[in-house]
Amino acid sequence: MIQRLLVNGRARELDVLPHQTLLEVLRDTLGIFEVKEGCREGVCGACTVLLEGRPVSSCLVLALAVRGRAILTVRGLEGEGGLHPLQEAFVKSGAVQCGFCTPGMLLTALAFLEHHPRPTREAVRGALEGNLCRCTGYTKIVDAVLAYARGDEGHG
Amino acid sequence: MSAHPLEYAAPETLEDALALLATHGPEAKVLAGGQSLVPLVNYRLARPRLIVDINGLPLASVHADDGRLRLGALTRHHELEESPEIARRCPLLGEAARLVGNVRVRSLGTLGGSLAHADPAAELPMAMVALDAHLTLASSSGHRTVPAREFFRGYLTTALAPDELLTEIAVPVLPGAGWAIEEFSRRRGDFAIVGVAALVSLDGRGHVEDARLAFAGVGDRPVRVPAAEDALRGGEPADARLARAAEIARDGLEPPSDAFVSGAYRRLLAGVLCRRALGRAVARALGVP
Repeated sequence: MIQRLLVNGRARELDVLPHQTLLEVLRDTLGIFEVKEGCREGVCGACTVLLEGRPVSSCLVLALAVRGRAILTVRGLEGEGGLHPLQEAFVKSGAVQCGFCTPGMLLTALAFLEHHPRPTREAVRGALEGNLCRCTGYTKIVDAVLAYARGDEGHG
Repeated sequence: MSAHPLEYAAPETLEDALALLATHGPEAKVLAGGQSLVPLVNYRLARPRLIVDINGLPLASVHADDGRLRLGALTRHHELEESPEIARRCPLLGEAARLVGNVRVRSLGTLGGSLAHADPAAELPMAMVALDAHLTLASSSGHRTVPAREFFRGYLTTALAPDELLTEIAVPVLPGAGWAIEEFSRRRGDFAIVGVAALVSLDGRGHVEDARLAFAGVGDRPVRVPAAEDALRGGEPADARLARAAEIARDGLEPPSDAFVSGAYRRLLAGVLCRRALGRAVARALGVP
């Protein structure tokens, strides 16, 4: 069944089977590999995408159920000038180790900051509690989110 | 590709959805937020022939009438968390929803889905039993209303027949009632080892007029402890009274053991959490911020 998915502002026509998850079609059909497969049960956060601005586990969404709805992956954050400022903050803070959790961390943090622009450290920790970093590099990830929220430039 | 082949239907009217359930019976599974169903399908623990996606149905409205808050079955957890109207009329719901899963589960997960899934350790079924909510179940031959306490029938088992759909949840508005949920879980966002929801109303003299206590994680469904509620009613909500009620609740439970904790530990935990929840609920009923 040919369906239309709206990924990072671009309409994509593709064949979708009823049992396929959004994660499967993003990676296997569309080659969107920045969306990572971790636990496949919605716990780890590696496959996080934003669905109409809210974080969801793409492994727990049937692709057919999100036809025509706006999906944002981490690639969609990059502007013409390169990385998004939160991505820059991650780089400057040393918040990226193996990188597997990073797309989910970035998207979850941005969705949170939309409604909480000046969060406390505790609030950022709470916002990211559903995203697991297997390198356990949480301190610098929280540092990076706070540096971005403060508007720090050049020395996150 | 993990799941097995299946069919998918996205009916646009309740009538069409109910006709599909009537035709396909137990071969069909209803997809609401998908946060319990999709992992079950991914791991082939559930093997429905047909997925009936109800997200296109008009079941997401929230409105108050006649002393009740009427919540469509598709009300999402994040709406329970964030809606000022729900917070004003039934603040217990927001406190329960905030404890559910992680932020991604709360983006998509629905009230109706959580209740129909009926995990005995889940917060929202416990809250509904504490609130004495009424659930509307529709089928192509009509609809019926079931009290929350009769809806939950056992582990992942409810009063829903295969051709029925949970459409609305009516929650009594309890003006002035204090509320609290306490739970303990191994990690934030996990299902609770034990959870408790407490509601306490005080009369004009400051005595306990009504009290409700519901527990999660202590049996095959949410559990009320009427003896503990009775022990609270009619007197001042002094510390000794709350402690006594928590002891009665603890002693009235027969929680199971599992791979993580013993039933004896669960029972002790239930007593401690109940005492804390009662303390917070009474403080709120007294207007202490």
